[in-house]
Amino acid sequence: MPRLPTPPIPKVLQPKPKRPGQNGNGNEHGSGKVSPAEAAQEAGVTVVDWIDERTSLSGGLRWLMFRKVPHGNWFYTLGSATLFAFLSQTITGVFLAMYYRPDATGGAYESMRYIVDDAFLGQFVRGMHKWGASVMVILIFLHMGRTFFFGAYKYPREMTWIIGVVLLILTLAMSFTGYLLPFDDRAYWATIVGVNINGTAPFLGPYISDFLRAGPEFGATTLSRFYAIHMLLVPGLIIALISVHLYLVAKLGITAPPWTKPDEEPELDVAEV
Amino acid sequence: MNQAEKEAYLREYSILKNEGKPFFPYAVAKDSAMAVIVLLVIIFLSLMFGAELGPKADPTTTTYVPRPDWYFFFLFEVLRVIKPPVWTQLATIGVPTVCMVLLFLLPFYDRSPERRIERRPVALTAGILTIMAMAYLTYSGANAGSISVVALKAPSNLTPSETATFNAGKLVMGQSGCLACHRLGDSGNSAGVGPNLARVGLYLKPAAIASTLKNPTPPMPSFRSIAQQYPTKFKDLVTFLSDLQ
Repeated sequence: MPRLPTPPIPKVLQPKPKRPGQNGNGNEHGSGKVSPAEAAQEAGVTVVDWIDERTSLSGGLRWLMFRKVPHGNWFYTLGSATLFAFLSQTITGVFLAMYYRPDATGGAYESMRYIVDDAFLGQFVRGMHKWGASVMVILIFLHMGRTFFFGAYKYPREMTWIIGVVLLILTLAMSFTGYLLPFDDRAYWATIVGVNINGTAPFLGPYISDFLRAGPEFGATTLSRFYAIHMLLVPGLIIALISVHLYLVAKLGITAPPWTKPDEEPELDVAEV
Repeated sequence: MNQAEKEAYLREYSILKNEGKPFFPYAVAKDSAMAVIVLLVIIFLSLMFGAELGPKADPTTTTYVPRPDWYFFFLFEVLRVIKPPVWTQLATIGVPTVCMVLLFLLPFYDRSPERRIERRPVALTAGILTIMAMAYLTYSGANAGSISVVALKAPSNLTPSETATFNAGKLVMGQSGCLACHRLGDSGNSAGVGPNLARVGLYLKPAAIASTLKNPTPPMPSFRSIAQQYPTKFKDLVTFLSDLQ
């Protein structure tokens, strides 16, 4: 079976070739014994082989990890930083959800009190979730600014841009629905005004407001509706769209900074003409 | 971009890509460093500023003036800047929708192959103007004053008991957050999201004021719950408003 070429990783990280006296299976010394380290390595290879035989993932993964990307600069890390902020929001959000009760009639605010006052590291995790939202919004705008000023939304990456705009809207929707959940005065009144502003939209406005409030008035089910949107609907959409966004980024490749030019003209392959 | 420009771009890009370095470990290392910075910033903000939990939501006697999270300030401010009430719909829905549509369709109306920002004067101007507008709106939205206190003296022609009612109503008005949208004397929102209330008593009879408070025109929230749970406070508020002449 033909072997794939060694990935172009730096010399330090490449496995060193064995010295003549150190043959892997120890046959040189005639003992035939394998050391525990070698056995473990062999077991790992077997497991990976077993999975790869059934999924054929290794080729794709090799392509994904060792594909070449143009020389960039630090602005090119803003997208992955946004993704990381989203991951942080997911993890802190899961921990908050373990204690939070979406019960407007008594429970939501009390469970928040419990998180902030009593739960182990509760206030810290809530702070991370709250400030993580701000950080994510800032990063998403910076990432969008980079894309705009570098002209990275142009052919062939128009789809990536459009999905990115949807992700921006969904992120703002997350922040809007999440704002109500602590159920303190700030949360309640900001949400009332927000929903009423939605309601002024022509045609659809009143329906959107009724949908968000779960009725014509702000009631007991409003909170659980916001909770479901914040916890299930929007995050699901965001994860799905991030996957498409990343697929397109990997498939099309990240842009080179617009001021870079290739070093030399490509050699024309005359032989094939 | 026409076909030739597309092909030229793809050819140039494939060369630049070939001159680049593999994603792993070079790009991954940079991304990881950035991820660590992001995490440290979030942890720092959490430890430094925490997350205070205000008093429990009270639909009736809130002393709270509705304010969104800071990154919605620019939207909030658009609402205050666009003054005439007939334009309210434009402010609340029109401007954000137009911005979103423009953002969506960007790759379709900007079709030039040029990517260097210094050679895209229109894009550069539009981008800088957008950033400046958003920064300005966020800044002025953040500095909109506290609006839970009505600075207004009772008219001198009121009897002492009427003055007491006037002051009680004034307090209710401040606490109910009316001044987030309305202007009254030297207090409140000068942008005219809601109408100026300085002479509301001339135009509306007390009954009309009461019914407007209960069944307002959006985006004004309904204050029906005050009427139901604290009838005296509601009456004070209505009397106070009808005294404004």
